[in-house]
Amino acid sequence: MEFNQSTIHELQEKIKNGSVTASQITESVFSRIDAVEERVHSYIRLMKENALAAAKKADEDIKKGDIKPLTGIPIALKDILCTKGITTTCGSHILHNFVPPYNATVVEKLTAAGAVFVGKANMDEFAMGSSTETSWFGPTRNPWDLERIPGGSSGGSATAVAADECIASIGSDTGGSIRQPAALCGVVGLKPTYGRVSRFGLIAFASSLDQIGPFTKDVEDCAIMMNVLAGYDPKESTSVNAEVPDYRQFVGRDIKGWKIGIPKEYFIEGIDPEITAAIQQAIKVIELCGGVCVDISLPHTQYCVAVYYIIAPAEASSNLARYDGVRYGFRAADVRELLEMYKESRRQGFGAEVKRRIMIGTYALSAGYYDAYYKKASQVRALIKKDFDEAFKKCDVILTPTTPTPAFKIGEKTDDPLQMYLSDVFTISTNLAGIPGISVPCGYSTSGLPIGVQFLASHFEEGKLIQIASAYEKNAKIEKRRPAL
Amino acid sequence: MKISTREVEYVAHLARLEITEGEKEKFTSQLNDILLYIDKLNELETQGVEPMSHAIGVTNAFREDKVIDSIGTEQSLINAPDARGEFFRVPKVID
Amino acid sequence: MDFETVIGLEVHAQMLTDTKIFCSCSTKFGGTPNSHTCPVCLGMPGVLPVLNKKVVEYAMKMALATNCEINKSCEFARKNYFYPDLPKGYQISQYAYPIAEHGYVLLDVNGEQKKIGITRIHMEEDAGKLIHDEHNPVSYVDLNRTGVPLIEIVSEPDMRSPEEAADYLKRLHEILVYLEICDGNMEEGSFRCDANVSIRPRGQKEFGTRTELKNMNSFRNVQRALEYEIKRQQYLVENGGTVVQETRLWDDAQGATNSMRSKEEAHDYRYFPDPDLVPILVDDAWVEKIKADLPELPLAKRERFVNEYQIPAYDAGVLTADKTLALYYEEVVKLCGKPKVASNWLMGDVMRFLNEDKRSIRECPIKTESLAEMIKLIDEGAISGKMAKEVVEDMYKTGKSPQDIIKEKGLVQITDEGELIKTITSIIEANQAQAAEYRSGKEKVFGFFVGQVMKATKGKANPQLVNELLKKMLAG
Repeated sequence: MEFNQSTIHELQEKIKNGSVTASQITESVFSRIDAVEERVHSYIRLMKENALAAAKKADEDIKKGDIKPLTGIPIALKDILCTKGITTTCGSHILHNFVPPYNATVVEKLTAAGAVFVGKANMDEFAMGSSTETSWFGPTRNPWDLERIPGGSSGGSATAVAADECIASIGSDTGGSIRQPAALCGVVGLKPTYGRVSRFGLIAFASSLDQIGPFTKDVEDCAIMMNVLAGYDPKESTSVNAEVPDYRQFVGRDIKGWKIGIPKEYFIEGIDPEITAAIQQAIKVIELCGGVCVDISLPHTQYCVAVYYIIAPAEASSNLARYDGVRYGFRAADVRELLEMYKESRRQGFGAEVKRRIMIGTYALSAGYYDAYYKKASQVRALIKKDFDEAFKKCDVILTPTTPTPAFKIGEKTDDPLQMYLSDVFTISTNLAGIPGISVPCGYSTSGLPIGVQFLASHFEEGKLIQIASAYEKNAKIEKRRPAL
Repeated sequence: MKISTREVEYVAHLARLEITEGEKEKFTSQLNDILLYIDKLNELETQGVEPMSHAIGVTNAFREDKVIDSIGTEQSLINAPDARGEFFRVPKVID
Repeated sequence: MDFETVIGLEVHAQMLTDTKIFCSCSTKFGGTPNSHTCPVCLGMPGVLPVLNKKVVEYAMKMALATNCEINKSCEFARKNYFYPDLPKGYQISQYAYPIAEHGYVLLDVNGEQKKIGITRIHMEEDAGKLIHDEHNPVSYVDLNRTGVPLIEIVSEPDMRSPEEAADYLKRLHEILVYLEICDGNMEEGSFRCDANVSIRPRGQKEFGTRTELKNMNSFRNVQRALEYEIKRQQYLVENGGTVVQETRLWDDAQGATNSMRSKEEAHDYRYFPDPDLVPILVDDAWVEKIKADLPELPLAKRERFVNEYQIPAYDAGVLTADKTLALYYEEVVKLCGKPKVASNWLMGDVMRFLNEDKRSIRECPIKTESLAEMIKLIDEGAISGKMAKEVVEDMYKTGKSPQDIIKEKGLVQITDEGELIKTITSIIEANQAQAAEYRSGKEKVFGFFVGQVMKATKGKANPQLVNELLKKMLAG
């Protein structure tokens, strides 16, 4: 097997026993990129020089016996994470030339853990999308079927792992942007509890929903990544100062006697029958593992998309006001006065989906509408969270499909924003409630597209997610396929 | 109609977005669809429900009043589309 | 028509912290443009605010000093609008849940106490500075000031004249400076005031249409602007016009307020709770801790000075108007034990020197020990009041101690009776004719002898002693 196809834990073994060098791993990743990147377009920017230098440095460390959790491991970063001295675009024209003078906290943590950065992964512009089609740099394609979308908004981070153009990657999840592309690309994706991983340096889309998390090739790698990413950050007011367990300890533990909540609201009409079948199969595996399935209800599920499409755009409309052409980023040429500069820079700098959401959000907060929209949505959000609080009194983990359908065709939903929004129906509630969720591959459709199962747990119970996902992964014995690129 | 073309114009101005006639129509129709969908929230009685603006219950996150060196004028201006001397330059505000 | 004026004030006070409200940049005034800046206050992508605890504590101090209720829970909200001096496109402020509400300040109006209500106090960040190019259609942005902590103190529309408004402002200013949470510098903008003013026929309950006045950077200008605006509104109403609700800028040179129509574009700030900041919970223990740290406030100090030092209310008012002056005074009194004499010297000569040089008491070259020592020397009769006038001026000029000055100038009074008797004897002998005149009842001549003694002693003789001895000796 090629090094680039390996997992972190496999490579760590090999690094430790000297059968591979960091440079060899990085080179194998870049030769894969040379072979497939043109077709997949996982990356906005490759950092080959930096990566090779970092790998060389890692090899020196290895020689000295200084081996950290990610020493020599090639990692892709969603281009929403600020990287000091390296252009960070957020998939947008308005930031096409922005070079941050600072690193995101997770970038600092990954660097300290010895990671080698491969490049900045493609994404929907400002993470607004479910298909990675809204990127100013062009769409990313699903490696399992190049005519199809990889999911979004962290599409490039998902495909880079799925197509073995890196070992693991970082994404961000505001309404499903890690779990949905993970499911559609056949990899593991985890959205941690809100406040668990620092948002400092993560370009904000919707501040009360955004959370950073990893994409990996298996569950153990997910635990390894979480060990590096999780933890309190004094630079973020909403960061939670709570103890972080060693997530790796949950790998391989059984789930005998665990109660698994099956919410009836997530098994509704309109779900692709192949998804339903795969999820029913997953439930059987979980029962074989000793899990006890219980019916639960999350009564406000049907309101999640509506709540989300008020709160996320409202916060976004304010978060994106800073892109005004004054201090950084794109400024329209030939403008004579200030108002024109603002309006033209933002017209030319933002794509259609971003503008649409800024419009919805601005409208929802504007005089006379605040109570009807923003306040109402915030109240229903409280009810949605309460649903979960009640549910977790009855079960340890909730099991749902990650997506209602496998990957759809490129262009299929671009003209119907509402249909696009509804594709996030199973992932949004997690962000609204602030709880963690993981998507794990659970099979393929007849046309060979990956399908994911989602597990949800209560706040700060990422350990439970790792435990059940790892138990499922071990017992489901999903055939390991690789996309035929 | 939930939102009129005039409201779309007003909102675009508030958000400092220049929009063409074509976009205006498209946005009006798309925003209408979305707002109609969002209307389903009105099925719910929410009187007395405390609005939730944070996903977790953190309170009192503070910093000590200790100066940390700033990044300096050069670094501050490094990304500016139009820096002049030690300033960001912008077109005049027309009153 | 007889009109009544209604005034409410909004005061912005810059908090005297070392760092900005949401980042660790310095708050120092001046400095190279855009040098006290970091990714947070520059509003760069992905950065996050973290609240400076001291700002909360300072706001709490002001709340307690103005009799406000501190809210058990408060939060920050975003006020959204575009302007080049506002990097994020929103100002972080407080809206629905401010730190404190329902307070008041007491004023002395025509000898009676009047309560001016305080609606609310909230914390917020300052914006940057925009400099307009005079020759080209461009402006320059300096973001050093961006994120400097402010509190806004909003009053009820309780003031009924420009004098009351100026008085209220002075009280607020005094309290802020006493609390050492604001330097009170109006020129540098550390203490700013906007005024809402309207008029109504006396007796009418409803408020008239108000205008908002801005750009007044001194107490005097606040009063002048209000006076002008009241006249303008009266003239309008009396001539069949109506007052338009608008913002007007005070033009100091012109001595008038002018409408700033262009900025009046529909204010739709789209406030909502800032998701990047968390609620602030204030428990009783925290309030008690802040309360225990509060210094004596001006009003209390004034009353204490009158009672403890038995000085007139006027003196107490002057001496407590500045905390440092009050402190200076108290030190002098402690050292010399003469409260009224100390007050006279301080309010008389010392303050006159300081005023002439436009200096504050902080820059006074006379040490408290020196002033106290001088007062003691007068009391002991070592120097005369007249000599002291010379001494205090010298102390101010040189910073030397009174003893040194007296020694240098040879100012010590002659209080030695024997020496004076000798001098007087020889003067009487030399002026037999005048002595005879005195004895015959011409008491005017007494002054002549005093003058001669002073001349002979170069003014050093103790005048009281000279009087006594002369009377005795002339009487023969």
